[in-house]
Amino acid sequence: MLRRRVIPCLDVAHGRVVKGTRFVDLVDAGDPPTLAERYAAEGADELVFLDIAAAPEGRSTLLDIVERTARRAFIPLTVGGGVRSVADMRAVLRAGADKVSLNTAAVAEPALVRRCARRFGSQAVVVAIDARRRPAGGRNGDPDTAEPSWEVVVAGGRRPTGLDAVAWAERAVELGAGELLVTSIDRDGTRSGYDTELLRAITSRVPVPVIASGGAAGPDDFVAAVRDGGADAVLAASIFHRRIHSIAAVKAAMAAAGIPVRLVPGG
Amino acid sequence: MTLAPAGGGASPRVGIVDYGAGNLVSIEQAVVAVGGRVTMVRRPADLADLDALVVPGVGAARPAMIRLARRGLVEPIRAWIEADRPFLGICLGLQLLFEGSDEDGAETLGVLAGRTVRLADAPTLPHIGWNQVERTRPHRLFEGIAEGADFYFVHSYAGSPAGPAEAAILAWTTHGRPFVSAVARGRLCGVQFHPERSGRDGLRLLANFLGLAAAEAARTGGDSNRRPNRRPSRRPSRRRPRSGDLERTA
Repeated sequence: MLRRRVIPCLDVAHGRVVKGTRFVDLVDAGDPPTLAERYAAEGADELVFLDIAAAPEGRSTLLDIVERTARRAFIPLTVGGGVRSVADMRAVLRAGADKVSLNTAAVAEPALVRRCARRFGSQAVVVAIDARRRPAGGRNGDPDTAEPSWEVVVAGGRRPTGLDAVAWAERAVELGAGELLVTSIDRDGTRSGYDTELLRAITSRVPVPVIASGGAAGPDDFVAAVRDGGADAVLAASIFHRRIHSIAAVKAAMAAAGIPVRLVPGG
Repeated sequence: MTLAPAGGGASPRVGIVDYGAGNLVSIEQAVVAVGGRVTMVRRPADLADLDALVVPGVGAARPAMIRLARRGLVEPIRAWIEADRPFLGICLGLQLLFEGSDEDGAETLGVLAGRTVRLADAPTLPHIGWNQVERTRPHRLFEGIAEGADFYFVHSYAGSPAGPAEAAILAWTTHGRPFVSAVARGRLCGVQFHPERSGRDGLRLLANFLGLAAAEAARTGGDSNRRPNRRPSRRPSRRRPRSGDLERTA
């Protein structure tokens, strides 16, 4: 049976892992390949590197990190941040990444998703969707609509796009995304749990695996993301970096809740 | 655990077929980590002096076959397999062994009877993540690996052996319905999952495969006549310049 995945996210800036609420209060948390290897040994099912600086002059540093990681952590690696073209994606894959996550660039130019999927296969294309819950009032601003809705935001949550997150998720899959990484910007960094309504709204509409992100506080949140949100994989950053919870503890809680997970001896 | 290939002796020379873009770093690193010496195979001459051949790859069959043909590698790979030399197809590299792919209608190597078909009744597609591999029989490839161990998959299609190729079925995995996740016939091996991305068990499987290759190296010794694909003009196999650097991590 297919296991539900637990994925530590490493936010990388200028060659180092940084921690904090995703874009503020950054604190140096170590050397990315070293941390990646530790997580792999502890039972991480995959790793995500997010280049939060995403500055063109920092690309060679990022590619070097990806390559050093691929030599040490023999689990899948997804790289996001700053990928704006097929050539960018090719460079990241050739450095040793298995998948690339497209976010702002995909919103700006949806055809990029199609081009990348045609060139490298859908399995290598993750579309990352940052979603902000719309004020009560529903999708069309109608106060009588009880259905919640979410707007896609880009540039690290700073710029609204007007796009409906569920509609964009469906569109991204049509364009060739093989996986979606769905982050609740409202919950990100707040430790108030994943937005399971957002996850359910998307997982009930798309055939591809969905990775939940934003808001993890403890093992119960991982359980809820899968059980209530329908997520195939659950991503978190700070609770692992700060060693608040281990990957093994999270997986044990998931297993106890009847969710199939991969248990690693000594992990 | 020990990751050295079984059989001991000199580290086997493993060719990894490079036929386009994609992540070759992880398979290269994994083979190096279990004691193999890696040569990237980009043309027929690169097959000289190899003990084992790995065809990795993800994506669709047609562009892969076009690139293999462009590099003149289709017939040499068929000849390698016909000579029962150690061969490991990974993911698309396994699918290419069949006669054709339903994904894009491509005609593939035809070494195994059957076609590559879309996963049936899958709850999610692509099938991405760790899943259990259930063996049908003992095999050296899985030595030291627990029955039902998890390996990492990324695919929407899988090879479906037919007729005589059904005897090659080595393992099944279930996503929706069961599909064939490993085959072996003689020294021809294929896995639908990615051992290079499957942690310790994946490295163990690669080490086991290298054990087959080490036995091959011992068998052929210095007798180059037993290796097909050798060109009359002997040329050194292409080593990546940074391979010395890579070996430090082994």
